[in-house]
Amino acid sequence: MSSLGLKLGLRIEKTGAPLWVRPLIPALALLGTFILTSGLIVWGKANPLETYYYFLIAPLSSRVSTLEVLVKATPLILAGVAVTFAFAAGYYNIGAEGQLYAGAIVAAWLGVALRGLPGMVVIPLMLAGGFLAGMLWALTPALLKVKLAVDEVVTTLLLNSVMLFIVSALLNGPWRDPISNWPQSPEIAAAAHLPKLIARSRLHVGFLIALLVAFLLWFVLRRTALGLRMRAVGLGREAARFAGVPVERTVLTAALISGGLAGLVGVIEVAGIQFHLIGDLSPGYGYTGIIIATLGGLNAAGVTAAALLFGLIDTGAQTVSRALGVPVYLGEVTQATLLLVTLGMLLLQQYRIRRARS
Amino acid sequence: MELENFLVTLMAATVRVATPLLLAAIGETYAERAGVLNLGIEGTMFFGAFVGFFVADMTGSLWIGLGGALLSGALAGLLMALLTVRLGVNQHVSGLGITLLLTGLSLFAFRLQYGGRATPPSIEPFPQVSPFAGVPILGTLLEQYLLTYLTFLLLVPLAWWLLYRTSFGLKVRAVGENPEAADAAGVNVFRIRTIALAAGGALMAAGGAFLSLAQLGAFTHGIVSGRGWVAIALVIFGNWDPLKVTLGSLIFGGTFALQLRLQAMGLQLPIPYETFLALPYLVTIVALVLAGRNASYPAALLKPYRRE
Repeated sequence: MSSLGLKLGLRIEKTGAPLWVRPLIPALALLGTFILTSGLIVWGKANPLETYYYFLIAPLSSRVSTLEVLVKATPLILAGVAVTFAFAAGYYNIGAEGQLYAGAIVAAWLGVALRGLPGMVVIPLMLAGGFLAGMLWALTPALLKVKLAVDEVVTTLLLNSVMLFIVSALLNGPWRDPISNWPQSPEIAAAAHLPKLIARSRLHVGFLIALLVAFLLWFVLRRTALGLRMRAVGLGREAARFAGVPVERTVLTAALISGGLAGLVGVIEVAGIQFHLIGDLSPGYGYTGIIIATLGGLNAAGVTAAALLFGLIDTGAQTVSRALGVPVYLGEVTQATLLLVTLGMLLLQQYRIRRARS
Repeated sequence: MELENFLVTLMAATVRVATPLLLAAIGETYAERAGVLNLGIEGTMFFGAFVGFFVADMTGSLWIGLGGALLSGALAGLLMALLTVRLGVNQHVSGLGITLLLTGLSLFAFRLQYGGRATPPSIEPFPQVSPFAGVPILGTLLEQYLLTYLTFLLLVPLAWWLLYRTSFGLKVRAVGENPEAADAAGVNVFRIRTIALAAGGALMAAGGAFLSLAQLGAFTHGIVSGRGWVAIALVIFGNWDPLKVTLGSLIFGGTFALQLRLQAMGLQLPIPYETFLALPYLVTIVALVLAGRNASYPAALLKPYRRE
């Protein structure tokens, strides 16, 4: 699935799928997804073509809903980039969801504790604190991986559930809102709210942070020695070790950056959207991040594009639900189908190349 | 007397709570033993819970509902097999994708079928049977669902026997340990992995259907709420052995049941009740650390197999 695999495939193939087919894959995957999901739309008693109009075009036809697409894409870009940092180095961090909540807890705490300080002070502290918290939550599985060779897929996955219980314990215990008695933390100070990018919309500075982080991903992976080492380890741990790459340190660094960035997702959701810590702060951004990182081909531009598409699908699903009464969960189904179809198509292509060789 | 009563009801609840975990974990055991980590488990359980409920509601028969759930789980397993066994796609990503797909699909269909209703739909669930009704202690302890009896007394021994005492089980273990060697010995790696995933998926869905058809008699958004991930932990905790997985499910079920009891009694504990819920996960991680490099993962887990 690496670029090396594709390069090898292209070098080998002579009669296989021609080069110009490659950029068509996302388009073909989208088409395949729509054909597959149209059955559901018909079941929902709507016209598929009309539905796709509301799904993909209507959200972009008004300023308000276009901004909403960007709002929805913001945590997805960040989560996708966070996951990519780890996956690029061959470290399968399934724990972004938990790391996200670690960041959110710290943001909710600092946003209240630092009441009275100006935003210029509070917001950077929240971002730094959330990054550190995410890193800290990612530290144990990363250390277990490099020191004891304990598989990270399972440990990071299980720690997500542990973090959800910590959040639940906080919200049902010391942080339960004293006024409403709801399981939500007290509201953070007004100064801790992320500034709006555009007045009278929900779009906040977090969107710029997400784009900046995506740019940093590109820069680190393509323009730094660390990025080169990460990619080398991602392509093959033993080969990288043989080439003199400090594998353990590289994996640890990638895992911690990944956890920290996932923590930032929690910060921007608390400080930009919710202003409280709540139990369902994230509808699974950590997991969606994995899907976006994969669809984006583990590179910055691809991840950003995939996240924007998912933001569009999320917004579009709400439009479809309001306009045509098709259940909003069509969005989730479409996203999952798109992932599975794309994976299948990418590999079908490789498979053919492999077959062509023998 | 009060303590005795407390313990007996706690033990009875433990077995009840453990049943769906055990069903799903046995399914995951087979998938992983054949070399595939199926993270689609959470979604497959959810799908099974929905399909079971829906089919039972449509046909008026709980057993047909259960059959529908088993079938839907097998299909989910086949989809996972298509992606990870046939196409060799990354197993975690495929599994998470399937979880997202099946969760979305279940919620979509549920909203479509039952969306407009004022009261959430429900069905008459499976009754509990009590072979020793009226007998003190045993009467309470053994008052369980038939599905629980089937799971503990039939499925577990069968799963163990099949895995360790039959040529099919040998093949499953072989393709999960060393697919190249298994292939050389004439075992169809793709077919065995596909069968293991389909059967495993059916059991995961049965675990979900137990929740909707027996425990609740309804389908809710939070019906599975992470039980699939508990099952993943259980399989590791139980060292990929159906008997140890069963023991683990009772321990996990016990902490969960205890936590529920204590909450229901309104006791003010010095620690939050979530501690009990998080404990199984932490214990599993500690178990992994203690096993360290010796953890007996199926050697070919996560590795797609291709014939050269």
